[in-house]
Amino acid sequence: MSGESSPAKHYGLHAALIALLAVLAFLLPEYHHGVFARVMVLAVFAMGYNLLFGYAGLLSLGHAMFFSAGLYGAGLTMVHLGWGVLPAFAAGLVAGALLSLAIGFLALRTTGVAFMIVTMMFAQVFYLALFYFGSWTRGDEGLVIAQGQRRLSFAGVDLDLTSPVTRYFAALALFSLVLVVTLAVVRSRFGRVLVAIRENEERTRMLGFDAFANKLAATVLSGVICAAAGAAYAILFGYVGATFASIQYSILPLLWVLLGGAATTLGPLVGTLLMFYLIDSSGDLLKAWLPGWNLSSLGIVGVALVLLILFFPKGILGTVRERWVRWLP
Amino acid sequence: MAAVTPLIATSGLKKHFGGLRAVDGVDFSVMPGEVRAVIGPNGAGKTTFVSLICGRIEPTAGTISFDGSDITKLPAHRRVRAGIAYTFQITSVFSNLSAYDNVALAVQRTLTDGRAVGHLREGVMAALSATGLADRLHEIAGSLSYGHQRLLEVAMGLALKPRLLILDEPTQGLSDGEIENFVALVREVAREATVLIIEHNMPVVMALADRITVLDAGKVLAEGAPDEIRADAAVQAAYLGAGA
Repeated sequence: MSGESSPAKHYGLHAALIALLAVLAFLLPEYHHGVFARVMVLAVFAMGYNLLFGYAGLLSLGHAMFFSAGLYGAGLTMVHLGWGVLPAFAAGLVAGALLSLAIGFLALRTTGVAFMIVTMMFAQVFYLALFYFGSWTRGDEGLVIAQGQRRLSFAGVDLDLTSPVTRYFAALALFSLVLVVTLAVVRSRFGRVLVAIRENEERTRMLGFDAFANKLAATVLSGVICAAAGAAYAILFGYVGATFASIQYSILPLLWVLLGGAATTLGPLVGTLLMFYLIDSSGDLLKAWLPGWNLSSLGIVGVALVLLILFFPKGILGTVRERWVRWLP
Repeated sequence: MAAVTPLIATSGLKKHFGGLRAVDGVDFSVMPGEVRAVIGPNGAGKTTFVSLICGRIEPTAGTISFDGSDITKLPAHRRVRAGIAYTFQITSVFSNLSAYDNVALAVQRTLTDGRAVGHLREGVMAALSATGLADRLHEIAGSLSYGHQRLLEVAMGLALKPRLLILDEPTQGLSDGEIENFVALVREVAREATVLIIEHNMPVVMALADRITVLDAGKVLAEGAPDEIRADAAVQAAYLGAGA
């Protein structure tokens, strides 16, 4: 958190992680290869959420709308207007930026629980609007983006984003970019002001900082990153549906970040990855250990979270930082 | 001297909380370079008064001007950028951040505003050295002793490079040795900035103040040089509760 500590360590660690993920592309079995591509995109969503929740201390319960703004910004322009991958991705980012600017402007007049409720309410409006405009969005059923459209051609290179390897590296490229941006923001003066606002808003104001303007900037940055994740999700996995705008997708990034460690740059990836495998494997485990009980795997997630909050309230990397690796950003 | 504009001036300044007239029509001015002490019994409205000046709370009526321009409607963060720094009566440091980061926030503000030049680190170290905290820069503010947290609070105020530094009971909780250093520090600061200090410790007030304003029940009871105030019967009555 302190801009004092050595940049070489910080950037070195993050570069090593990116290199590891690149190597894993060639080592992972097919199923896990696909999981990792998906998790990296969702981790971008979590990183965007973490910026606002972890660093600026603003707990939003409406981030599904920013993810969906990107998802639909890219998806609708591809399906209805036949746009290519890059302009569609840009449309997703613009949608996320405009929406987060408007929502931030209104919701940041509130704090604490009221902020949670207001953001959740706006997200619900967004979700219902997807059904209202069902003739374009096709609501729950959603839209499938044609395989032929999910190609990226530039400078004589033709990338088929539906092929697993290309998709993995596209996800990794976005993940890496956002990871480095997050690290740079966290280490920057702006990052220090966000943490200061989280810790003591009045004191920050009395040091000459415009708390509202800084929080609004954080909201828009967070919104754009989440929208980037949504747009990438639409393009890489070819499906756009209203489920992604539901309350569940506002809660998930909060859980991922809490699990991995709020206000740690690498926590979002760790949390997203673990939560994915926890849900994925708990079904089989429950069947094997408690046959006939017919329990939902979500119960396992709930129990895991209760244990986490009780024993590791700072999440995995938050605890690691507190106890062992003080310089962890 | 009469031609010089006061650095800070209030006119008919009032703050009412419901029926409570915490500040009730204060006309007040401080000349550039002055060290002004504001004293008065508990509940006299001292903290409310300086909070109005620094913009933490809005006045019910009256105007405030800083260096000749009206700042009554200016939000607090803009007043800080204009050069008014406030150190909190109840220590309000960022207790989960290092001493370095606490002061860095103040320094980066002045760098952004162009009121200071140079490197962040140099500015931070200068403020920490001035308050004797240079060897504690990596310590988490919340783990510092109370006295050191008070000094960190002052370091943040200094690092803002204020033209007007408002100190709200800065020596509260400091040891005698620390108070001595503190008095020397304020004298040093006063060479470049105007200082407005709320203080209960009379030896500190007498050692530092050029002039003293006495508040009682939200009104100015007396104002003058330290010797005049010491001799003022009304002040003695307010403090000692004796019938005049």
